[in-house]
Amino acid sequence: MAGGEKPELIINGKRLDGRGPADLRPIKIEPNVVKNAAGSAYVEWGNNKIIAAVHGPKEALPKHTSDPEKAVIKCRYMMAPFSSLEGHGRTGPNRRSIEISKVTKEVFENVVMLELFPGTEIDIYVEVLQGDGGTRAAGITAAAVAMALSGIPMRDVPYAVSAGKIGEMVVLDLNMIEDNYSDADMPVAVKPLTNEALLLQMDGSFTKEQFKEAMNLIIESGKEIHQAQEEAIKRPYKEIMDKYEK
Amino acid sequence: MYIQSATKEFIQELIANNKREFGRTLNEYRNIEIKKGVIEHAEGSAQVTFGNTKVLAGVKITVGEPMHDKPNEGNLITGAELLPMASAEYEMGPPSPEAIEVARVIDRGIRAAGIIDTAALFIEEGKVWDIFVDIYVLNYDGNLFDAGTMAATVALLSARMPKLEGDKVISEGVTDKLKTNGIITSCTFAKASGKIFIDPDGNEEKFMDSRITIANDGKEIRAMQKGLAGGFTLPELNEAVEISFEKHNELKSLMERALGE
Repeated sequence: MAGGEKPELIINGKRLDGRGPADLRPIKIEPNVVKNAAGSAYVEWGNNKIIAAVHGPKEALPKHTSDPEKAVIKCRYMMAPFSSLEGHGRTGPNRRSIEISKVTKEVFENVVMLELFPGTEIDIYVEVLQGDGGTRAAGITAAAVAMALSGIPMRDVPYAVSAGKIGEMVVLDLNMIEDNYSDADMPVAVKPLTNEALLLQMDGSFTKEQFKEAMNLIIESGKEIHQAQEEAIKRPYKEIMDKYEK
Repeated sequence: MYIQSATKEFIQELIANNKREFGRTLNEYRNIEIKKGVIEHAEGSAQVTFGNTKVLAGVKITVGEPMHDKPNEGNLITGAELLPMASAEYEMGPPSPEAIEVARVIDRGIRAAGIIDTAALFIEEGKVWDIFVDIYVLNYDGNLFDAGTMAATVALLSARMPKLEGDKVISEGVTDKLKTNGIITSCTFAKASGKIFIDPDGNEEKFMDSRITIANDGKEIRAMQKGLAGGFTLPELNEAVEISFEKHNELKSLMERALGE
């Protein structure tokens, strides 16, 4: 919630970028953009530009971080110093990025079949090259594609998106300016098979009814996000198939 | 290892039968004690115990500079220290992700509820009041989110407001109170053996699958944070929201009693 005059964010029921309350920004996912990674994906989600990559499983180091019963996940979410419109960010982790890394890691601890790789670590890197609101959600959505492409077995491919509140209107997928002046923001990661929330953070103000409405918007939008993920996961294989058929 | 797995089975079996150690029910807090004003040098302070969990929050108010993007507002800065003495599992060194998460979730609840009006902390151009809330975990036995939120809130609500004489901050003996609005309570739920219960203790936290904290001000939800690998379904979330509002009144009256003493 930034200072200064609050701009008009909804005009005639439309948001500044022309979206209705329940509309997602356009999502484009490019598979396998980092050759050295086991799996990777680049997402353009509105003006967000984010690369996610997965390395491993490999020997967990330092040794004391390893678990003899399962793989451990290590996650680094980071915003590039040039990623935001205002000012030059500092390099290196800060309290925000450490927290986001932790909750992102926990999403994948749920869906990745860690028990298949005892003693190893699986690294998830989320690098935000350009941020425009909702970067942790876009990062998780991309990291899920990267994980699937790495071939590491998963129980499900999670997606994430945020919902929030502008005035008293519950809206989906807030961009940066909406986020700055919103009255609530709630990023949620969902396991599509069960519709369970794997990540849920919120601040601002929601009545009980607004919370339910926000969750419904998120679950409804899941189909569209999941479709973009699925298309990206299948594309490398489809390209090979197409070559063979020629 | 063996002791751990025996404890795990014991805790899980209790929970599966809707029971908990020491005869607690699923939606029951442990005994809560609140003492305000325990550190005289701090502008505000409170020690809160939830069973064997003991946290101390101290408020210091100093003169500082505004953030460059909010030149007309003062600052609220919340930190949490999981002291190495508080648990055999805590280590020395820089703040762990767990400590950072605790601090940030408590901060979000207090901030979103508007307890502190940061615009009112403006002194003059380039000069504002900084309010530091530091949460010290003295003994860990689970549920740092709720105990920490309570300690921080009571410390803020009971804090004195220093005076500025020239460049000197006068804190001792002042009778003005820090201006605050409203009150916030936090209710943390754990999920284990498919059951959801509030206020997990240290053993329960060790074996829980997931956790969610819901902070509200009695009217609206102000902050939420889900933790760990397990998930929550929509009906489970809605139920937890309901209970968090029921618990608000219970926790609020404990805090008001402590503040009135």
